[in-house]
Amino acid sequence: MKAKEKVARAIVFVVLCILTLFWIYPVFMILINSLKGDKYINTDTVFQLPNAVSFTGFSNYLDALSSKGFAAAFGYSLVITVSSAVLILLCTSMCAWYITRVHGILSKVCYALFVFSMVVPFQMLMFTLASTADRIDLDTPYNICIIYLGFGAGLAVFMFTGFMKSIPLEIEEAAMIDGCNPLQTFFQIVLPILKPTLISVTILETMWLWNDYLLPYLVLDRKKYMTIPILIQYFRGSYGHVEMGPMMACIMMTVIPIIIMYICLQKYIIKGVIAGAVKG
Amino acid sequence: MEKAIRRYWPVFVLPTLAAFSVGFIYPFVQGLYLSFCKFTTIKKATFIGFGNYAYAFQDESFWHSFWFTALFTVVSTVLINVIAFAIALALTNKIKGSNVFRTVFFMPNLIGGIVLGYIWQILLNCVLSLMEKPLLALNATYGFIGLTILMCWQQIGYMMIIYIAGLQSIPDDYIEAAKIDGATTGQILFKIKIPNVMPSITICSFLTITNGFKLFDQNLALTGGEPAHASEMLALNIYNTFYSRSGAQWKGYGQAKAVIFCIMVILISMIQLKITKSKEVQQ
Repeated sequence: MKAKEKVARAIVFVVLCILTLFWIYPVFMILINSLKGDKYINTDTVFQLPNAVSFTGFSNYLDALSSKGFAAAFGYSLVITVSSAVLILLCTSMCAWYITRVHGILSKVCYALFVFSMVVPFQMLMFTLASTADRIDLDTPYNICIIYLGFGAGLAVFMFTGFMKSIPLEIEEAAMIDGCNPLQTFFQIVLPILKPTLISVTILETMWLWNDYLLPYLVLDRKKYMTIPILIQYFRGSYGHVEMGPMMACIMMTVIPIIIMYICLQKYIIKGVIAGAVKG
Repeated sequence: MEKAIRRYWPVFVLPTLAAFSVGFIYPFVQGLYLSFCKFTTIKKATFIGFGNYAYAFQDESFWHSFWFTALFTVVSTVLINVIAFAIALALTNKIKGSNVFRTVFFMPNLIGGIVLGYIWQILLNCVLSLMEKPLLALNATYGFIGLTILMCWQQIGYMMIIYIAGLQSIPDDYIEAAKIDGATTGQILFKIKIPNVMPSITICSFLTITNGFKLFDQNLALTGGEPAHASEMLALNIYNTFYSRSGAQWKGYGQAKAVIFCIMVILISMIQLKITKSKEVQQ
């Protein structure tokens, strides 16, 4: 029995290792090709490691950084992600507290609408949302966060209210009796307790904000601002010759920071995903 | 206390509600209205009743993309959930290096759909050309398979994490008691583990079904609907109806399709939740 179990375990381990290779390979392939010269990237050589002839060092990276608007796109993506995430965290946690603590028609209607908004596909509002944003001047990377707050509120409010229901009311009542007004109670008592959910919401919303393509593509003024997903789509989508080297370098520069961040924050990300899964 | 907070509603609720009205409620209602109109811009909309819907239901490309999406959703939901559950089972079984495996399998989730689409487009096209087969853009079947592989690669890790959490929440005594009673591994799996992770199955199937139906970025980047709209999924079909043609009628058709799409997503997810929830057991 013991020996049999050992064999089974070894087989499972080997299968998992093979799967792991399958998971890593696509990123690895982009990495090796991003180090090759442009003319050495074609269907025959794409699987070869760079050799003395094809290896060009980091010139693709420098190319991408200098000429393809990569730095600007990276900056815009960063501005949009950070401002939207901060705004979402602050506003929706406050809103969620009101919804959990005050029982009235406003709370009920808001909650129902927020939950509903999580299921509605983006295509339903893409045209009207883009034209609304255009009309009230929300079409720059600096104020698109208001639209993201509206569109991202559903998931965030849902997660916050789920957690707040488990916070004992007595703590907040004690603070109020001691003379805190609701704002003080919220920022000094409730917000610190919310920390784990704050981290989870940050992670889920950041993953979405950073990678979102269609919303910024439709809302932003396309000639002036590009985020990273738009830049990469623009790279490939335009007809004609694609410079594969800089393209791969671009992809690598987008992917590497995320992977490093993930390896550092793994524990929280996994917890965040589990916490986010309470929906349904 | 409730009264005190209620007085502060402009501070607590108003900012979110205002943004939500601008970002969701208003566009949603306007979208509903416009689906009954002929329009190029919102100001120049004329009400035409159900004409757009009639067109949308007759549009063959819409039905083609509906079946393509439905088939894709079924195949990818089954594959993703079965594989993710199997990996989760293996990793909760004290396998060496399970943390490394978890990290690697989850990684693709952090990379955006557009980037993923291009990574796989390059990879799959190279593999296809080495096998001397037509490229992704020339053969819808390969496009379908490519999309399925891509979605599995991306989502298995996410679902695996949820399944691991579900499996770990099963009390050890259940399994020990079953072992003492002489249950086989298969019996433990089907009689104890699967019924107890039903909540996770509900969530994962909900997520995979809605993700499959709403899929856009990956579809756009991997195949772009090629060849000749044959690998176009619903979301992309609606997008193309809207933006790749000029003419007053197309936007109305697109909006009507979007409303139908929206109703479909809501209905399907409600039916799915109802079915899997009814199979959940109390722990």
